Amino acid sequence: MTAPRRAAKAATLNFTFDGKAYRAVPGETLAAALLANGVKLVGRSFKYHRPRGIMTAGVEEPNALVTVGEGGRREPNTRATDVFVYDGLVARSQNRWPSLRFDFGSVFGLFSKALPAGFYYKTFFGSAKRWMIYEYFIRKAAGLGNAPTEADPDRFSHRAAFCDVLIVGGGPAGLQAAVEEAEAGKRVILVEQDAILGASLIRDPQTLDAGWVEATAARIRKAGGRILTRTSASGYWEHDLVTLTQLCVEPGQTAENRLAQRLWRVRAGRVILATGSIERPIAFANNDRPGIMLSQAVRTYIRRFGVVPGQRAIIATNNDDAYDTADALIAAGANVVAVLDARETASGRAAHAQAAGMTVHLGAVPKAAKGGRQGVTGLVASVAGATQSWAVDLIAVSGGFTPVVHLHQQAGGTLNWVEEAQAFVPGSSRQNVTTIGGAAKPEAVGVMRPISQPKKSFIDFQNDVTLADVDLAWAEGYRSVEHLKRYTTLGMATDQGKLGNMAALGRLAEQQGVSIPEAGLTTFRPPYTPVSMGLIAGPGAPHGGAHIRRLALYDLHAAKAPIWQPLGYWFRPRAYPQAGETLATAALREARAVRTSVGMTDVSTLAKFEITGPDAAAFLEIICATSVAKLAIGRGRYTFMLREDGLAFDDGTVWRLDENRYLLTSSTGGADRMATHISYVRQYLCPHLRVSAVNVQEHYAGIAIAGPRAKQVVEGLIGQDVPRHMSAIAASIHGLPVHVLAASYSGERAFEVYCSASEAPSIWAACEAAVLAQGGCLYGLEAMEFLRIEKGHLVVGGEIDGRLSPYDLGLEKMLNKAGGFIGAAGLGRPALRGKGRRQLVGLEAIEGNIPEGAMLLSAPNAAPQGHVSAAAFRVLEGGSIALGQLINGFDRHGEEMIAASPTRGQSARVRVTHPHFYDLAGERYRD
Amino acid sequence: MMQIACPHCGSRAQQEFMYERTVDSVVPLDAPTDKAMAALFTRTNPRGPDDEIWRHTYGCRAWMVVTRHRVTHEITAVRAVGPEVLP
Repeated sequence: MTAPRRAAKAATLNFTFDGKAYRAVPGETLAAALLANGVKLVGRSFKYHRPRGIMTAGVEEPNALVTVGEGGRREPNTRATDVFVYDGLVARSQNRWPSLRFDFGSVFGLFSKALPAGFYYKTFFGSAKRWMIYEYFIRKAAGLGNAPTEADPDRFSHRAAFCDVLIVGGGPAGLQAAVEEAEAGKRVILVEQDAILGASLIRDPQTLDAGWVEATAARIRKAGGRILTRTSASGYWEHDLVTLTQLCVEPGQTAENRLAQRLWRVRAGRVILATGSIERPIAFANNDRPGIMLSQAVRTYIRRFGVVPGQRAIIATNNDDAYDTADALIAAGANVVAVLDARETASGRAAHAQAAGMTVHLGAVPKAAKGGRQGVTGLVASVAGATQSWAVDLIAVSGGFTPVVHLHQQAGGTLNWVEEAQAFVPGSSRQNVTTIGGAAKPEAVGVMRPISQPKKSFIDFQNDVTLADVDLAWAEGYRSVEHLKRYTTLGMATDQGKLGNMAALGRLAEQQGVSIPEAGLTTFRPPYTPVSMGLIAGPGAPHGGAHIRRLALYDLHAAKAPIWQPLGYWFRPRAYPQAGETLATAALREARAVRTSVGMTDVSTLAKFEITGPDAAAFLEIICATSVAKLAIGRGRYTFMLREDGLAFDDGTVWRLDENRYLLTSSTGGADRMATHISYVRQYLCPHLRVSAVNVQEHYAGIAIAGPRAKQVVEGLIGQDVPRHMSAIAASIHGLPVHVLAASYSGERAFEVYCSASEAPSIWAACEAAVLAQGGCLYGLEAMEFLRIEKGHLVVGGEIDGRLSPYDLGLEKMLNKAGGFIGAAGLGRPALRGKGRRQLVGLEAIEGNIPEGAMLLSAPNAAPQGHVSAAAFRVLEGGSIALGQLINGFDRHGEEMIAASPTRGQSARVRVTHPHFYDLAGERYRD
Repeated sequence: MMQIACPHCGSRAQQEFMYERTVDSVVPLDAPTDKAMAALFTRTNPRGPDDEIWRHTYGCRAWMVVTRHRVTHEITAVRAVGPEVLP
């Protein structure tokens, strides 16, 4: 067949490559358009900065990696063979400086002896000083494109789908399977990564009727099937779930409806893989030069895009398929100087070509290519033992075919070795997956052993791995294929070894003196082709996928323009600064108001659980490490919870509101964890208890009112006597029901008013008016932190950090002597009683301010013996104080230490003290 | 991503569930220290089916025991737990 020549006047799309303007024909890949415009040099290689061109016509392309798009739409490492040109496409080459033609990094190629396999390992294990020097240059030199710094303005969406049969691959085999399944009444989804179906039929026309592809697609759609082009099956997961990545626009292109890509999660009843195969390159010296191309890729450029990649070509092969490329080149008017066939005897196809007048050399294996960055100029080969050379501008290579078994292997399938094809094909699978077409039956090939200098014979082009690197790994004792992979980085680039794996395996098997299947195979993992991070994040990307919850009192806080602080899922006011105040001065003013008059704050985010039923007390005695059963109605107490290993993980208060009704509060940040813990005990551990545990965290809003005048404020609000310390009463404010709990976190007389979240704004307004009338103010988290540190109260995540036991925290006396709580068995571990435990201490500055997070040292440069978990200032007197953990801290009160924070460049001299700095006797908060 | 048959809701995608722990790691309330620590820190980790505790967190929130093959992910049984299934 005669190839359609690319008509220059059909080139209506404008695009740029490295700033230079070119034109492309609609439907052309960037690679085809570059070849049509005579651009051969497209990129620089990863490690040695060798000049690279276009090697393939598909997603397996290792060399022609470019950055496309601008701003937030910039997409690095895009394969030029896998992006279709759109008007205005901006593409840039990568890994070169200052320019692609004159790349400074290519000096690394001259010193390639200095960068052998395992170079990184060896450098890491060398002296740290040397690494510090190398690192700068390595980071600058290695790597491919750069990630964009701006946010992507387009949207990425997720979609779930179900089908009876999912067919991956829209070639002849996939289309035939899809139409049969769809017409048999199955719900069918057919996916194809190319922009068109049946592209291989353009490369290799078969005796099918003209229009077969379109007619078959129409039949599939008519039978209710769904066809997705530009969609890649990127991962095969458990229970026949396949993820698809659908490009709604080309990489870097502006999406008209703002949707750039879509991630599909398809749960399939059955999966049919018609993924075809990928042609293998051949290992010979300088086989990475621009102008060396896979044989089928040459045919694709000629027959699909009408672009002839060279005028004087030579073909190196070990199979019959490459003879079709010779035919295509000749039909397109190019000169084929010879076909080098590695097989010793002529196949029928080779004999046919010879009879037609083609020069065919049998037993011919390439040794080295000639030429530089502007492309190949010649090829040297061994022909039946004698060396021969040709002057050419295109070398088409075919080292056989590797079935695309990635998805089959991701599904947990086994592989079988087929000797005639020198390839692994899909074997059995534990999932509902079958493979058909070329991927199941690759073409027969002759065995071909590389005879070239191993040093510049590339096998993994993207990671610059040569035969010499495989040999070196072997020489240095790396025997397993898994070790070979990690030592040489073979197959670890974004192309996942689609081209190079088999060549490396062949070499390793040769070294080991075993067959390829005995040498083994590394595992293919998802994704098959790179997936954009934006697509994985999906619609949640703008807020990092996190929940954002609003306080019931959010609007009232916002009206005062506080400084916000994230806490758990919420933002809470950190301070309410007045004009001219900083965070520190505002927080100190607020804390002083609590110490001298009255302050109020929003504590709605505390975890809250309502526990009811005849076994409520028994249930709480399992959750809490303190005794609960003896609590009188209307009374409450401090409590804490342990993990099964005996270490503290949360704390709070427990209140007996009625005979069989309790309220349990715990930390904001641990709320979800506590909810799960309570549910586990209720549902799994103790299902026999007659109890109901309901999470009422967001049902109730809470307002804490604290200070010497808190009693007057609350009395005025509820119109009755306030409860005694650690007592609770039901009352009402302006006719709305509230619970008033007398509990103090600040060290002052204090009350927590709980009400329905929907009624919180009016209760808050009433409280605020009463507090202001007493000369008080609102206070935020920063003031609360000052107050609680001075009082020596604990915070979950600070002092209760999952490493300390109740013994270490000074809570031993409060433990339930009867045991039976979660963690009681863990507390029996002798190590928790041993010397050398970190224990809670107070720290008082003798000189300087104590930095939060500082290490505690006995002397400069001594080993750290603990750390500062929270630092503050005495609210009224001033002076730097802190809480910390210190080895054997209980016995070291009075000792002088250094609190040093090298990361902040600050340190202080401190004295170890009791962790309570304020009102040790507890007189201020009592009645 | 697996498909798990919730005993209350039917077959649902794994993303609705949270894995919590293996059944053999559960510490009975009356366990002495050595038995409790053995359950916590010395796991059987079989190369085969194992009983795991899952929760249908983003569904009915019920807990269940899922018998899952640790290599093939094959789920052979899902058993409801909790007060509802007490005799």
